Amino acid sequence: MSGTLAVDVRLERGAFTLAATFEAPLDGVTAVFGPSAAGKTTLLRAIAGLERARGRVRIGESVWQDDAAGRFMPVHRRGIGFVFQDDALLDHLTVSGNLRYAARRAGPGAMPPEEAARLAGVAHLGARPPRALSGGERRRAALARALVAARSLLVLDEPFTGLDAPARAALLEDLAALRGRLAVPMLLVTHQLDEAVRLASHLVYVEAGRVLAAGPLTLLLAQADLPLARREDASAVLEAVVEGWDAEDAVTTVAAGALRLVVAGRHGEPGARLRLRVLARDVSLALDPPGRTSILNVIPATVTDVTAEPAQGRALVGLDCAGQRLLARVTRRSVRRLGLRPGLAVHAQVKAVAVIPP
Amino acid sequence: MSPADLQALATTLRVAALSTAILLVLGTPLAWWLARTRRRLRPAVEALVALPLVLPPTVLGFYLLLLLGEGGPLGPLWSRLGGGLAFTFEGLVVASVLYSLPFVVQPLQGAFEAIGPRPLEAAATMGAGPLDRFLTVALPLARRGLLTAATLGFAHTVGEFGVVLMVGGSIPGETRVLSIAIYEHVEALDYAGAHRLSGLLLGLSFAVLAVVYGLGRRR
Repeated sequence: MSGTLAVDVRLERGAFTLAATFEAPLDGVTAVFGPSAAGKTTLLRAIAGLERARGRVRIGESVWQDDAAGRFMPVHRRGIGFVFQDDALLDHLTVSGNLRYAARRAGPGAMPPEEAARLAGVAHLGARPPRALSGGERRRAALARALVAARSLLVLDEPFTGLDAPARAALLEDLAALRGRLAVPMLLVTHQLDEAVRLASHLVYVEAGRVLAAGPLTLLLAQADLPLARREDASAVLEAVVEGWDAEDAVTTVAAGALRLVVAGRHGEPGARLRLRVLARDVSLALDPPGRTSILNVIPATVTDVTAEPAQGRALVGLDCAGQRLLARVTRRSVRRLGLRPGLAVHAQVKAVAVIPP
Repeated sequence: MSPADLQALATTLRVAALSTAILLVLGTPLAWWLARTRRRLRPAVEALVALPLVLPPTVLGFYLLLLLGEGGPLGPLWSRLGGGLAFTFEGLVVASVLYSLPFVVQPLQGAFEAIGPRPLEAAATMGAGPLDRFLTVALPLARRGLLTAATLGFAHTVGEFGVVLMVGGSIPGETRVLSIAIYEHVEALDYAGAHRLSGLLLGLSFAVLAVVYGLGRRR
């Protein structure tokens, strides 16, 4: 699907003001990310039309709201699959009753309830009333129902909240697998960066009711002047392909553009696409090539920018490594001692690379 | 039981059944509106609905007598329609509807409010319009409230006395209901007759309530 989701909404709720403007592509997953109480859910509800905000919402060719033109399409005509934080299953129907409720109103072209139930892993729960389900099962039933209803947009509001670790991990993998099957864009609200990194290609960063940045996830994460870079888990995410496999050492060589990295373990056949996440705190810098070291990935790099983090005596250093941007978190003392400044040639020692499957 | 008492029983049941039906038809949308609206008019309407709870039935009956009688402000209207509603079966039904209104509206409003906005929002995202949502989500989820409302409305109408006395009088087959019949038995010192009807009313009310609460428990 081409085109964009274009949002420009404003909403006051007591002391809280939502004033959000962004565009997101209609293919793939867009994560709406930000701290708790940033207004992410309110933003989603305003997009869906569940909150009456002022402004404009357009998805592809379809104008959902345009106050200037006096246009507001009612929620029930928008074709949204919405997974609410509290699941919002209809308690007077069974699981399959909930799916059929959506199917009857979604019209032709909607995903059949049986397929949605299978994809969401609730095919065996059809006859159960929602009250008889566990938290994880309820969430999956809500997901199945949303898959049926989503003719133009699938919205997931903190889909992992309230799930225990195994249920969360399983749902994360199933959602990742689901992405390729979807004919509609997915908006995912989360306050966990690893969830966004695992699932999303696009990021909308929200803080205190405002969209501070929106764009491809890899670009936004590497931007040193965003609050994202001040997080403990500040990181660079690289799109990479598998190049080779060394059976003797059980390591895989991967390439992100011209940058080659070695990672432990097997991660697919040559040519397989994956994502690499390199935490800024796992990258250290040296002026001279280090001697013999246990670190596998020592990369010649050029400093592009140095951003002080005043409160903590630390600094974030942006690096150009064979055309790829990495971040390194160092102390301000190291910045002074090494004389780190834009243009300086250094050696980046990458202690750990996390591989995120496609 | 005398034929007159049987007739009073039949009149009572007719008034109660008809009033309950009308109350459900009128009270359900009203309760839905009260449960959902954010207008400032709401407290005023709620107070109006609750008035029969606190007013002496005679006050309500007195005003209804004025409104429904041909001598009152609506007199010209009644003359054109061929007679006022005071001291008629229809007038009694109108009075009962007003008198029992809070007993139907309040449980329904409570039931609708207890649903919360979420199931309705979910239905909206699935493509259900406002009427669709009301019929397929709100009503089924409020079914216990509906049952309670119908029971209370019926039982309360069966038990009304003061309003009937003011508006209905005691016309056999028309407005002479059980409570009036009991009153007349006592007036005539026919305690045996009063006992029969009172016992019947007591047993009937208990049975209805027990069945309803039993159904509610089993769900």
